[in-house]
Amino acid sequence: MTFLSIDALSKRYGSVSALDDVSLCIGAGGRTAIVGPSGSGKTTLLRMLAGFDVPQSGRIMLDGRLLVDGTSAVPPHLRDVGLVMQDGALFPHLTVAENIGFGLPGHTRSQVEAIAELSDMVGLNPSMLSRTPDALSGGQQQRVALARALARRPKLMLLDEPFSALDTGLRSSTRMAIANLLQSAGVTTLLVTHDQAEALSFADHVAIMDSGKILQAGPPRELYFRPKTAMIATFLGDAIILPAVLSHGRANCALGSVEIDEPRWSGWADIMFRPEQIALTGDTSGARGKVLDVEFAGAVSNVTLTVTGHSGPPIVLRQPSSISVAPGDEIGFAIAGRAHAFAAANVAESAAQD
Amino acid sequence: MSLDTSLVAVRRSRYGWMSAAAVLVSAAAAVPIGFILWIAAKIGWSTTVGLIVRPRVGELLINTVLVVSLTVPLSGALALTLAWLTERTNLPGARIWSWLAVAPLTVPAFVHGYAWTTLFPSMHGLAAAVLISTLAYSPFLYLPIAAALRRLDPALEDIAASLGQTRSGIFRRVVLPQLRIALGGGGLLVGLHLLAEYGLFVFIRFDTFTTAIIDQYKSTYNGPAANMLGGVLIVCCLVLLALDSRIRGNRRFARLGPGAARGAPRHDLGRMRAAALLLCGALVAAGLGVPLLTLGHWLVAGGVAAWRFEEIGPALGETLLLSALGAVATTIAAIPMAWLSVRAPNKFQRVLEGCNYMAGALPGVVIALALVTITVGLPIYQSLITLLLAYVLLYLPRAMLSLRTSIAQAPVELEQAAASLGRSPRRALWATTIRLAAPGAASGMALVALGIMTELPATQMLAPNGTHTLATGFWSYSGEIDYAAAAPYALFMILFSMPLTCLLYAQSRRLSGR
Repeated sequence: MTFLSIDALSKRYGSVSALDDVSLCIGAGGRTAIVGPSGSGKTTLLRMLAGFDVPQSGRIMLDGRLLVDGTSAVPPHLRDVGLVMQDGALFPHLTVAENIGFGLPGHTRSQVEAIAELSDMVGLNPSMLSRTPDALSGGQQQRVALARALARRPKLMLLDEPFSALDTGLRSSTRMAIANLLQSAGVTTLLVTHDQAEALSFADHVAIMDSGKILQAGPPRELYFRPKTAMIATFLGDAIILPAVLSHGRANCALGSVEIDEPRWSGWADIMFRPEQIALTGDTSGARGKVLDVEFAGAVSNVTLTVTGHSGPPIVLRQPSSISVAPGDEIGFAIAGRAHAFAAANVAESAAQD
Repeated sequence: MSLDTSLVAVRRSRYGWMSAAAVLVSAAAAVPIGFILWIAAKIGWSTTVGLIVRPRVGELLINTVLVVSLTVPLSGALALTLAWLTERTNLPGARIWSWLAVAPLTVPAFVHGYAWTTLFPSMHGLAAAVLISTLAYSPFLYLPIAAALRRLDPALEDIAASLGQTRSGIFRRVVLPQLRIALGGGGLLVGLHLLAEYGLFVFIRFDTFTTAIIDQYKSTYNGPAANMLGGVLIVCCLVLLALDSRIRGNRRFARLGPGAARGAPRHDLGRMRAAALLLCGALVAAGLGVPLLTLGHWLVAGGVAAWRFEEIGPALGETLLLSALGAVATTIAAIPMAWLSVRAPNKFQRVLEGCNYMAGALPGVVIALALVTITVGLPIYQSLITLLLAYVLLYLPRAMLSLRTSIAQAPVELEQAAASLGRSPRRALWATTIRLAAPGAASGMALVALGIMTELPATQMLAPNGTHTLATGFWSYSGEIDYAAAAPYALFMILFSMPLTCLLYAQSRRLSGR
């Protein structure tokens, strides 16, 4: 069931289109991530959901309530939408407890219980409550910001790159903690980020934005392994893209004949592998290549190689460092899973064969 | 090994010299307060109490407390309204209004008094004092409030809105608390100016401690009575300083986290636009229009005859000379403390720094009175040296603040980099820190010089006989009700105060990063 529906939202700043006919549906209780490079319009979209910006046209409906209809909009303080910003945006003149209780009705004294409950919920030590925000670490600040936003039991929680200011190690642990917390609280969440790995790991639904448009939306696995375009493929991670001839559910490419995910397509098309699908073997009877360079990087090594019979640029494969290859070695390939075929103009979809 | 020890010795000696110089300056700054305590001890407890606990002191205290406690909140409200209109609304011509809001600073307070009393000769007493000092001094509150408003992180206001706050709730709970330091600091500045103000209150016949001390000084020359009034005035200053530090509290107000704040959106005034323009127009007319109009009137009325160049010329020359000498002396005196507070801050240094600020907070009349009493009978009595010493004590904080911020902008790493590139310590210091701090030092000097230019009570009491400055010239003519002859002096003071105002304005813009 659709909980949040964004319908044909558009906004232009002069000749620049910040949002171009954006539509998106989000189910109740889910975690959605909007990922895109900077300037893609994802922050504008978030600010419209929060009520800080008004579109020129389009509608936003949250839980059956119309929030935005064209240029008329419900003001932010009446929306039941929570917000956690990149750097937390904690009120520097208030203590942690006062920050958490900011949106609660009544005085701080009557809120003590609620504040304690919220700080416990986000895993904040009660001794922190009397401190000022500048005495907290970045991760703690984000937890306070989350507790503050949760205090009003919002219907929708917006997260604006809330992990990007954190150290790498802290980032993934905070991300996981917050994901679990929001899951158990049952709050519908929308994360905006430019970090594709963060989007893929945090959300159960990912939308990719660029130049004010949503390019593709779907479950993370679907987007990762079946991107619509080569651009999306490379934005979401390393990809090896090779030209191939498709027929009967297989593709013939420089790496040999491989199974593809579009069994009915035939003709010329580009196909894509993720580097982790390809393992190196000593069996050079099939497609083979030549190692140009091996860069050791701890657990994995980056192996640069050319594929015999493939004229494109050398490809780089991440391989476990336990396999021993050296520049000049001849190697074969073992492919796990299916390759993804991109739709192309000359690809014909034949009638069902089986 | 020998190299290491010589290195340590160099460092220590540099800090040592600077510390000694800083202690010396701070000791001088503590002289006025120490002097009053010494007088009190000399005349004995009962005489001291007798001089302080009497009806006259009560009257003065009531007047002083009333004028401060009415003017400061009024100026604050006015400055806050103006700052909000010029910084956060779509007021037409906001940038121009923001300049005009600061412009009354170019007119010395006693010229404001002169303008209003010649326009409305019946103006006098508390109401007039509050009205004119609000107009003259509210820019001191406008500058920091406007700067703070520009610096506020709009994300905090967004967050407050998403937490269910209405516009007025956001202003009350998020914006206003973050303006506390600006309101407190600006209010302190206005309060201290009110305590020190002399000329304005004489014009409108309103007695405060400062005017009473000078009256007393004129009648009994150097009695303990004047000194004890000075003591009460010092206590008033201390109360204001304590109030400010309470308002300031120990909480942090700076923006948390990295990243640049977005520019704040401007609110649409809508139907209030006409009312806002009217308010701004009325304030500019009162704060700038009245003095300029009156001055213009007297300049026209006096005609060419009012321009007594044989007097104005020398007065201008002496004023410029005193200002330049005072500025240089003050800046040199400020260097050790400013340098220490950036390069080697510690508890002792902070105590010393506090001494300096305290002296700067004292009214010129208290410092002058102390120096008169100490130097009388000495060869430096009513000499240039004593006058310069008074200027140094009065304006030390101005010079120190400018110097400190500019030294802080020259990180010690640059000095070290210069040293590692083969410069000797002295040449490294010269090529980096001094080179980078020079603009700040210059702007500090300008601030001091322009302060001295319109200084009245200390100059009157301490200057060598026959000294005529623009301020004393203006004062003696307007005292003889020869307003036309006084006008050219006022005009020159306004002209010379213009750069000061521009500098203050630019500084407050730069501090806020725009």
